[in-house]
Amino acid sequence: MLIRRPNDILPSEITPREIYLNRRQWMAGAAGLALAAGLPGALSAAPLNAAKSPFSTDEKKTSLEDVTSYNNYYEFGTAKEDPAAKAKSLKTSPWTVKIDGMVGKPGEFAVEDLIKSSALEERIYRMRCVEGWSMVIPWVGFPLADLVKRVEPLGSAKYVAFETAYRPDEMPGVDSFFPVLEWPYVEGLRLDEAMNPLTILAVGLYGETLPNQNGAPIRLVVPWKYGFKGIKSITRISFVDKQPETSWNKQAANEYGFYANVNPSVDHPRWSQATERRIGEGGLFVKRRPTLMFNGYAEQVASLYTGMDLKKFY
Amino acid sequence: MAGQASVPAAKKGFALPQVPKILVYIVGFIPAVWLFYAGINDQLGADPMRYLEQALGLWALRFLIATLTVTPLRQLFNINLLRYRRALGLLAFYYAVLHLTTYLVLDQGLDIAAIVADIVKRPYITIGMATFVILVPLAVTSNNAAIRRMGGQAWAKLHRLVYVAAIGAALHFILVVKSWPPEPLVYAAIVAVLLGYRLVRRTTKRASPRQRPA
Repeated sequence: MLIRRPNDILPSEITPREIYLNRRQWMAGAAGLALAAGLPGALSAAPLNAAKSPFSTDEKKTSLEDVTSYNNYYEFGTAKEDPAAKAKSLKTSPWTVKIDGMVGKPGEFAVEDLIKSSALEERIYRMRCVEGWSMVIPWVGFPLADLVKRVEPLGSAKYVAFETAYRPDEMPGVDSFFPVLEWPYVEGLRLDEAMNPLTILAVGLYGETLPNQNGAPIRLVVPWKYGFKGIKSITRISFVDKQPETSWNKQAANEYGFYANVNPSVDHPRWSQATERRIGEGGLFVKRRPTLMFNGYAEQVASLYTGMDLKKFY
Repeated sequence: MAGQASVPAAKKGFALPQVPKILVYIVGFIPAVWLFYAGINDQLGADPMRYLEQALGLWALRFLIATLTVTPLRQLFNINLLRYRRALGLLAFYYAVLHLTTYLVLDQGLDIAAIVADIVKRPYITIGMATFVILVPLAVTSNNAAIRRMGGQAWAKLHRLVYVAAIGAALHFILVVKSWPPEPLVYAAIVAVLLGYRLVRRTTKRASPRQRPA
């Protein structure tokens, strides 16, 4: 597949690196203190070294504050501000990811080992939520393909299924009287989608380990699909031969398909998908911008869906 | 003097301090003023437009519910707030106007094609818009002149549309959210109780003359 550099401007030319470096140094100190004090969660955000990527966009990044205070993570409540307020209770260390199913090398992998054994990259991606808003987020992670290759899927494996942690004691939202979703949260990709170089497992954002509300310690990022495909706090990755169930599809099949590719011409029953609001842009007087096919990543991913009726496979 | 005062007081029931109606409007508009102020000063979080839009809609529903509690409060608890009911109803309407204006101007940027598509294609927008249309004649006739002109009975009949508006508003709220979070269901339950109360009372009242010999 031909992959072109989306642009010729280095991300460092847009945002002065010193701002983050300063913050990183401060955070490194804070992280050291937090570790010494044995504090869990967001306080232990640690800096990550990541190489630049040609897949990064040069669009203006959504502020760290907005990225970490406006989240859909229903295990911690349905309001956008709930995850930032409540996700601190999730214990993200120690954390292992179980890899099973049709693979030659199944096993339990500690997140630290996954981070250590991977070449981390910064991927500045557009994120489009099915609700009609978008962000630009500088993730830190590694291609899912790297991990897939390492565990050697069998020829029979056609899909990859993902599962979020299910911990009622640490997740106040999963115990609600009316369950918003069936827990644990599950998602899935076709194997070729999982192998696409744009698909990453993110372990950080803005140069540091992930805050809990963004899916710490490890989450999926598939930038050409709606945000709900980006399953958070992954505990299990299974290689299977049948299309796996996905949480929102189980909740409302007519609204959320398995593919969930960003597509301005296929409306969600409740939201037009033709336009989007970029968070942090314009405040109260935000102007909608047109939504791009495959969220602007058509060049890299359109070939995955050649010959498919995307109105049917939404 | 004391005897004279005690008779109407007993009839009126629970003695509430009489506050001027204008105060209801002033207090009622505090949330709107605060929301616009906070919105312009970027204090409504990451998505201020959406926050404003939803908050205004929620206040419209709250005032609609407040309007519907006036009668049960009087009948069940002898608390008479009748003189404030018009203000509460009009506040519900004004908040609905602000909510709709936010949707039309700030959310959709007056993109007529997108708005029409929304109204036609999305049931929650269709229901929301219909609810607003229902509120218009009620607001227009919320004055003494209209009551005189229409006659009490016809006026009361028209204003029963507020029940339909309350159902529409609750439904609009349920349909706008993903899945079934509790908040819209709680509001819908309150509306159901307030309307159910009227239904039960009407049925029992109708039945009662036959049951009780004079």
